[in-house]
Amino acid sequence: MNTMTANHIIQLKQTALAMRRNIIRLALHGGNNGVHIGPALSIVEILACLYGEVLRRDAGTPPVIRDKFILSKGHGALGYYVALHEAGMISLETLNTYEKNGGDFPGQPVKNAAAGIEFSSGTLGLGLAFGAGLALGARKLDRDTRVYVLLGDGELNEGSVWESVMFAAHAKLTNLVAIVDRNGLQSDGCTRDVLALDIEAMWRGFGWEVAVCDGHDLEQLLEALQAGPGGKPRVVVANTIKGKGVSFMEGNNAWHHNRLTAEQHLRAVAELDAWAALES
Amino acid sequence: MNYSKQDIRMWSMLGSRGTFGVALTDAARLNQGILALSADLCNTSGLDRFRSAYPTRFINAGIAEQNMLGVAAGLAATGFVPFATTFANFAALRACEQVRHYLGYMQENVKLVGFGAGFAMGMFGVTHFALEDVAALRSISNLTIISPADGMEIVKATNAMAVTCGPVYLRLAGVANAPIVYTEDYDFTIGKAVSLREGKDVAIIATGSMVHPSLKAAELLASHGIGAAVADMHTIKPLDGAAVERFMNHQLLVTVEEHSVMGGLGTAIAEHIAPLRNFPPLLRLGVAPGYPHVGDYPYMLEVCGLTAPKIADRIRLALA
Repeated sequence: MNTMTANHIIQLKQTALAMRRNIIRLALHGGNNGVHIGPALSIVEILACLYGEVLRRDAGTPPVIRDKFILSKGHGALGYYVALHEAGMISLETLNTYEKNGGDFPGQPVKNAAAGIEFSSGTLGLGLAFGAGLALGARKLDRDTRVYVLLGDGELNEGSVWESVMFAAHAKLTNLVAIVDRNGLQSDGCTRDVLALDIEAMWRGFGWEVAVCDGHDLEQLLEALQAGPGGKPRVVVANTIKGKGVSFMEGNNAWHHNRLTAEQHLRAVAELDAWAALES
Repeated sequence: MNYSKQDIRMWSMLGSRGTFGVALTDAARLNQGILALSADLCNTSGLDRFRSAYPTRFINAGIAEQNMLGVAAGLAATGFVPFATTFANFAALRACEQVRHYLGYMQENVKLVGFGAGFAMGMFGVTHFALEDVAALRSISNLTIISPADGMEIVKATNAMAVTCGPVYLRLAGVANAPIVYTEDYDFTIGKAVSLREGKDVAIIATGSMVHPSLKAAELLASHGIGAAVADMHTIKPLDGAAVERFMNHQLLVTVEEHSVMGGLGTAIAEHIAPLRNFPPLLRLGVAPGYPHVGDYPYMLEVCGLTAPKIADRIRLALA
């Protein structure tokens, strides 16, 4: 790894840590209702890489991001909002309106041009079709735009996803990149118990290029996400841990959507502090 | 705009699908942003003309209506004006959540076109009838619903949709050799009903394929000394409430639609007049609940009471 890349990785690690701190802080906003914490923590590195390095920007204030990002797994909203904050798209004050009654940043994202949110999500299985439309539209206009769509592995249960997978391969949307957050858990338990899928074989069989990486390893993620377009659309299957970064949440589906107590909050913060000390 | 008699005859001969295909191809000449999407129904939906004229602007999404709407939404977000087309039942029912999400909630500028609405699919049977499409889509916010009465109105609606920003569902009913309602140019505005006939006793508000038989029914009623006004409610949503309220002094208000009596035009008007004082009773004519035994198009209209003589008879019965 050269020095420049090493510096970028250090920067991205700090970004990821800042994102996790904000996720844990904002999780308290859910109060007794709780929030989606686990699915936000599993995508932190993916989003840190996308907003920190991968998505290309055009000049402007606030920055105009030329490439498109679609969060199809809308329950990752908290991870998304904190990434948008780190990217300078939304202020801390705005971020702090997360899950406030009547606010613009509820538990699932709502399209918001000012905040750089291209797509409303929540219902699973709708993001890849929209991303395919964006990719096709960009190609028709001869625009150099790449479209990244982040899906959950549980989300792949939805048949509509596979309609889009077929379409993108048929239309040769080489400017489209799907990312699967393979954390192995969905609402009712392990993905292998609920509806087992051979994810790589399925995408490959549907005509996509498939890359697999550790979804918390920044170097692996950057390599997978920045690979130049080939002759097919590309899927990056990112192996992740639901609840990553907080020991009592990791791999524990109770934290798919849960209420964070004050005591648990302090423990989580202490763990992130320890992690920060180790990294520095 | 001057439409020739030949145009009007051609639209009638082509029916709603063919006419839409001609209209969209013409509109695409002026508006480079227009794209057409089909869910493997290009050849049966009158879009072959469009595909021949603009092969790079036609997208076949395959038999996958849900994805088609998402792709259309992404294209709309990029600045295109996509017309996503399929049979009305698939548009409204198979892809219902997609309509809510991309067109209603996100308000992407997608024009959804439902072919073969009502009983147009005849012997294809109940699976291909669209008798619930308006009911399913009318409660989706931000969506305009247009149901043209004949070929000229399809042309006008297509042009109006193309230049109006916002999601629209265009409901196309009827079959080839369709009756002609409009023989000369008139003012078409989305959301404004067209008054076609005055009459002091009964007011018939019809939409789509039922406008023509309603006019014929009014003639039959006249022969019995009953004056029937007829209005073409081509836009079901947003409803032209003022056009409905014009009829508050009539003895009877009647709605006629080739759609279930639940949730369509009749229901929309019932909702509108419910809080108003001193309104005449409302007779809603349409398709009664149930799945009828299948027949060809004229047969289906006959057994469901949606022909001019049956409409007139039911109105006379209600007045008696």
